[in-house]
Amino acid sequence: MRKYWWKILSILCIIYAIVGGFLMPAPDDVGILAKTIRNLHFHVPMWFTMIILLLTSYIYGIRFLASSDLKHDSMSSSFIKIAMLFGLLGLATGSFWARFTWGTWWIEDAKLNGAAIGMMIYLAYYILRNSIDDDIKKGKFTAVYNLFAFPIFIVLIIIYPRMAETSLHPASGDTVAFSSLDLDNNLRKVFYIAAIGWILLGVWLSSLKYRLTELMRIDEEI
Amino acid sequence: MRKYSWIVMLVSLSAFAQTATDDFFYSSGKIYVVIAVLVIIFVGLMLYLIRLDRKITKLEKQNEA
Repeated sequence: MRKYWWKILSILCIIYAIVGGFLMPAPDDVGILAKTIRNLHFHVPMWFTMIILLLTSYIYGIRFLASSDLKHDSMSSSFIKIAMLFGLLGLATGSFWARFTWGTWWIEDAKLNGAAIGMMIYLAYYILRNSIDDDIKKGKFTAVYNLFAFPIFIVLIIIYPRMAETSLHPASGDTVAFSSLDLDNNLRKVFYIAAIGWILLGVWLSSLKYRLTELMRIDEEI
Repeated sequence: MRKYSWIVMLVSLSAFAQTATDDFFYSSGKIYVVIAVLVIIFVGLMLYLIRLDRKITKLEKQNEA
């Protein structure tokens, strides 16, 4: 129990979020959103998780530059891979949600385009990674790329949408976040737990990916 | 056979649902059924993830030895 209590916590948090997301009271009467406001508990944690995983990857990228320890490089690349998975889930759920609220799968919106460009920046990370054979060199190049990629990603996904003049997406451009619609704080009771659960699950998946990468690397060395 | 004991557990769980908790699952437009399905799927995936985690731990221990 000593080491994996947080994995259990992650599962319990997400189960609570699935049940609470359906059953807890929520502002179900906000315009075109209607009951889809409950998607908040599932769509938004995907992005939170992605950002936390990318931040972790960023930190391990810097640590690799300082240490040249290939373990840090494995950490960095594994966390980005799982972050991309969560980003894709975020895009897919967001697109589906948009279809039944805004009426279309995709619109020219600062938040959506920012997120899509952000994803492409990290796709380029893979291309760079796969084009270099030498492990140390691969680690150094991609860590430096990561050094620039993460701040630009944050700008694209958070700052640029807020600076846009108009937007449909909540909390960007001229729109407000859901917290202002949530007078009774009912959403928060589920949302925070959901975010914690999904972030922990993301870290869990990333750590598994890391351990697998390390096993394969050690295997190759032998 | 111990490996598949969780299937027995699920079956017995659904048998339990048929008797003791009928009223609960028929209430509120049967939305509880949908929630139960989601929870079952999620728990199933997580059980697989835990198994995967343990297998990797085992491999790591073999590698150390």
